Amino acid sequence: MSPVTPGELLLQVCNLNVSYKTRTGPVSAVSDVSLDIYRGEILGLVGESGCGKSTLGRALMRMLPRSARIEGQILFHGREVLGFDDRQLRELRGRGISMIFQDPMTSLNPVQRIGDHLTEAVQVHESDGGKADLRQRIGTLVERLGIMRQRLSDYPHQLSGGMRQRVMIGLGVVLSPDLIIADEATTSLDVIVAAKLLDQLREIREEFGVTIILITHNIAQVAELADRVAVMYAGRIAEVGSVYDVFDGPQHPYTQGLLRSVPSIKLEDREELYKMPGEPPNLLSPPAGCRFHPRCPEAMSICSRIAPGLLPTMPGRLVNCWLYQEHSEKDGPAARTTARGAA
Amino acid sequence: MNSPSGAANGTLVEVRGLTKWFPVQTGLLDRLLAGRTDYVHAVDGVSFEIRRGEVFGLAGESGSGKTTVGRLVIHLEKPTEGTVHFDGVDLASLSSEDLRRLRRRMQVIFQDPMASLNPRMSIRASIEHPVRIHFPDDREGHEGMVREILERVGLTPPEIFLDKYPHQLSGGQRQRVVIARALVTRPELVLADEPIAMADVSVRALLLDLMIQLKELLSLTYLFITHDLATARYICDRIGIMYLGKLCEIGDLREVYAHPLHPYTQALMAAVPVPDPHGRRTQPMPVGEIPNAINPPSGCRFHPRCPVARLDRCSVEEPELRELRPGHRVACHFAEDFL
Repeated sequence: MSPVTPGELLLQVCNLNVSYKTRTGPVSAVSDVSLDIYRGEILGLVGESGCGKSTLGRALMRMLPRSARIEGQILFHGREVLGFDDRQLRELRGRGISMIFQDPMTSLNPVQRIGDHLTEAVQVHESDGGKADLRQRIGTLVERLGIMRQRLSDYPHQLSGGMRQRVMIGLGVVLSPDLIIADEATTSLDVIVAAKLLDQLREIREEFGVTIILITHNIAQVAELADRVAVMYAGRIAEVGSVYDVFDGPQHPYTQGLLRSVPSIKLEDREELYKMPGEPPNLLSPPAGCRFHPRCPEAMSICSRIAPGLLPTMPGRLVNCWLYQEHSEKDGPAARTTARGAA
Repeated sequence: MNSPSGAANGTLVEVRGLTKWFPVQTGLLDRLLAGRTDYVHAVDGVSFEIRRGEVFGLAGESGSGKTTVGRLVIHLEKPTEGTVHFDGVDLASLSSEDLRRLRRRMQVIFQDPMASLNPRMSIRASIEHPVRIHFPDDREGHEGMVREILERVGLTPPEIFLDKYPHQLSGGQRQRVVIARALVTRPELVLADEPIAMADVSVRALLLDLMIQLKELLSLTYLFITHDLATARYICDRIGIMYLGKLCEIGDLREVYAHPLHPYTQALMAAVPVPDPHGRRTQPMPVGEIPNAINPPSGCRFHPRCPVARLDRCSVEEPELRELRPGHRVACHFAEDFL
């Protein structure tokens, strides 16, 4: 079922920090994030609004505004993305990584025909090749995505919402990139349309062998589609692992709380939702130590002083929590710690 | 059967044949050439009742008409046809003065607290506003009512919040202010239109729980409008599923969720992702998309997308709501197949 072949790394993020300059001070949107992405997998990057998941996604393509400060390492095929010049960046954004955006109505040009959107994307990146060839190639692509070839001469407003979304997917795959980032691509969609989009993402992975990062706040969609999941909280990665491992046995208290607070349509699932206290922090002044500690039912004294690291607890699993890590200053509720921390 | 009996049998709201058509805005030339005006059939012949003390959910995708039904129920829109009785009173029969007085008893919680709170009004001013309108004679009591409701929604102590402005609050706190403003006039019916859709996942459960507690505490009745069937499960007692201006299924929530009889309800429920990778969806989604509400399909409006439609019947004859299980009505010619 899972096509992940660990070891074939496509993208490696090491100790990435992104902060935005604002009038009221720097906001550290992404803080010390490390993440490996393997070729051919679907990784779900999940978190609440303001947790830094979109910033992380954009940082991978170096698409952040000027006010953003990036530090750390992003290795794509082993090459350092943060050192790319303009030409290399253009190459990266075309055939290396592409993005499917949130809202097709604002991402498509209303006065440009659908076909022109697609041809433009190709022509910017490939100067060779004849026009007839190109038209043929784009016609084939859209038909594979379930849009009739004749619709290429339509304008965005003439298409239905679902078709516009498929055009966005088309723009994402037309240059056959290695990695597609779908940033909240399902957020404004109705459930049935969103379910179809997830099916399409699954299909393009099968067909094009592309790697997908699904950025979403909807953890149920991650369970539906992804092979692995990375849970973000307040700019940091809380937990990474295969979807089966994480959903069957969440280890970070935030993941545990999140999964217990997600409503499920199944009548046989538990009646009570977990009511997580508090709200996600303001990243202008994030809590010291572990950023989740003010809301954490397991918090120990060390948690408010020193931030834990993102460390392995079992094969293929990383957790950013003191419950699973040792430190000379760690005391807290020791009994619970040893019981849970034995990895 | 046809005469609304109001409070006697516990019915707070009775909706009969509710219809709302919006004229399509076109240019003068288009109208002259076409010789007619097109209408968006936002709501078309919807009937249901809301019992006192229950949470009645109205669910559907965008364009299903669920929000318009909500606005019609509290008479923010006038129906093209059909009636709404609130506590036995026909809303259309009321003078504007009587309607204003009745509005104290039916309040609204909107989806986006940032858009429904005036950024230049302090929390005190926002919540006091409806109090001043509905209790003009009791000036001394206003402050006390505002403080009391702030405490009830968990914004304690009230002094911290009274003089703040919306931008100084967190998202969850803002939503609590919107709830407080709706409840401060001591309404009986609260229209909650996607009340927690904007909140973060980890905050939603608390807000949902707050709404349930307040309902018990203040003896409220909710009309809960949502696109999220999973959330509806945790608050609604009964639910109506809408598609393209029509009610296609209605009944007790547990009954409808356990035995969805309309093919659209079945598709809608299957589309909701489950937070469990072992329970991935395997059934295909219905073809196509929600059609245009200007020229809705003939017969059953779902028939062009329906996996069980038989064209000779479904494209011709419009199905009526029929009770196939106790308290569970469905508008499908072939719903018996799913019993």
